Amino acid sequence: MQADRETLRKIAHLARLEFNPDSEKEMLDSVNEILTWVEKLNEIDTTHVEPLTHMSEEVNVMREDIAKPPLPHDRALLNAPKKDADYFRVPKVIE
Amino acid sequence: MKTYYSLKQITDDLREGNVSCKKLVEHYLFTIKNKAHLNAFLEVYDKEALDRAQEIDHKIAQGKQGRLAGMVIGLKDVLCYQDHRLQAGSKILDGFVSQFTATAVQRLIDEDAIIIGRQNCDEFAMGSSNENSAFGPVLNDADTTRVPGGSSGGSAVAVQAGMCLASIGSDTGGSVRQPAAFCGIIGLKPTYSRISRYGLIAYASSFDTIGILATSIEDTALLLEIMSGKDDFDSTVSHTEVPPYSQKLSISNKLKVAYIRETIDSEGIQESIRNGILKKIDFLKSEGHQVEAVDLPLLDYLLPTYYILITAESSSNLSRYDGVKYGFRSPQSNTLEHMYKYTRTQGFGEEVKRRIMLGTFVLSASYYDAYYTKAQKVRRIIKEKTDELLAMYDFVILPTTPSTAFRIGEHTANPLEMYLADLFTVQANVVGIPAISIPNGYDENGLPIGLQVMTNYFGEERLLAFSKYLMEN
Repeated sequence: MQADRETLRKIAHLARLEFNPDSEKEMLDSVNEILTWVEKLNEIDTTHVEPLTHMSEEVNVMREDIAKPPLPHDRALLNAPKKDADYFRVPKVIE
Repeated sequence: MKTYYSLKQITDDLREGNVSCKKLVEHYLFTIKNKAHLNAFLEVYDKEALDRAQEIDHKIAQGKQGRLAGMVIGLKDVLCYQDHRLQAGSKILDGFVSQFTATAVQRLIDEDAIIIGRQNCDEFAMGSSNENSAFGPVLNDADTTRVPGGSSGGSAVAVQAGMCLASIGSDTGGSVRQPAAFCGIIGLKPTYSRISRYGLIAYASSFDTIGILATSIEDTALLLEIMSGKDDFDSTVSHTEVPPYSQKLSISNKLKVAYIRETIDSEGIQESIRNGILKKIDFLKSEGHQVEAVDLPLLDYLLPTYYILITAESSSNLSRYDGVKYGFRSPQSNTLEHMYKYTRTQGFGEEVKRRIMLGTFVLSASYYDAYYTKAQKVRRIIKEKTDELLAMYDFVILPTTPSTAFRIGEHTANPLEMYLADLFTVQANVVGIPAISIPNGYDENGLPIGLQVMTNYFGEERLLAFSKYLMEN
């Protein structure tokens, strides 16, 4: 599988990234080189193998449903690039 | 002041009145300043560390000190420490201040460890040379034209160069062990889920572990003992009982040890590293332990499996950096979409973008099964084969790295070349078992060599005991 420019642009949009024509070519080349390399996995027969999706042996840990103090409002907003007294501020979405 | 290599040496001198915590901190601060060119620290908490030292000296005078009194520790720039800055070596977290303290870090502070500063690392822990940091590369103190390894490069160099006694890093594919090997110190990656990750910046969540960089097995064991165990804030952490690791560091029985033939026969491995491990094998045999070569035909599939899964997980984890809640926001944020795109495009470095792109690709609807599910299946095969091996042997020994520290800029042109630096370390993360890198001599250029030991899940107790035995012989 080789990704083309159009695929790269689609993926970049999904990842909310942007590449200019020069960096696009560079990214495309390295992504394709890595994809070719990882395709080595196709040499392994996995027909009857279940995917391994959880690494921890732990099962659900239950606790009493007791309310504890959450992160205080001012602390949560501490690092916001733009905020008011109550909310994170972003560019206007609705006209 | 004399150089200390273990907390025990410090504790003895504290008791005798030969040193104080204040003098210790002053000494480390002096070394940090003196070796500032290595670029190991991003921020030094000098005043705070000195205040804390005096407070602990006072506790010592009253006999009320914690178990880590006298230990000065540095934190990799991926661990939250309340009211201190944190940015994962990235521009995108410019100005970020932690709102809370990581559980592992809090446990160290509760035992009177002194936190001396925040250490440079590859951006979001993605790298094997510490050249991917937004704050420039870290230099290896053994040879400043060479890399310290990565991603916990600053943390390894800080211990190597005597800027602190120990560092806390993170290991997703070798990020503690590989720099430990390049810098001639100990690096431990515990069993997956052994230490709570609350307050660790997430990279690849089914691989990430907090790890320890130190100069003695005793300190490594004590730090592990203190940081491990259940935590109300991390539902993935193990509830398995935490043994008193630091109390049980001797081995008495004959052991069964395997070494992986492919890791020694491989042409890519440096001669002095091969000789170093063969010497250890001869020693173990001469002591009456059973040492056998085993085959691991899956070796070539470890890195591809690893890279598919970690890029997928990191593309998801790093979606939170969007310019809304914290850190950098692009000045060109006139619409919401532009804000997301320009913030991320301008805030992330090249390698991080590459991994986000690859991860988004392997998770996208058309390619999900061919790449992501395929890698999860191969991961199961690798785990089963490793489990079989560890059911037959107490330990597996192998080189930590194929080469000693390479030159700055040597592998930056080609990402794949750089990825190969993790060839021998990723298995432990793919499977979730504990692994350690211990010093094993020097190569012909005087560069440190690391020897890696892996063992079964939650086998840290015997892993540390065996490592101590290997280091003493």
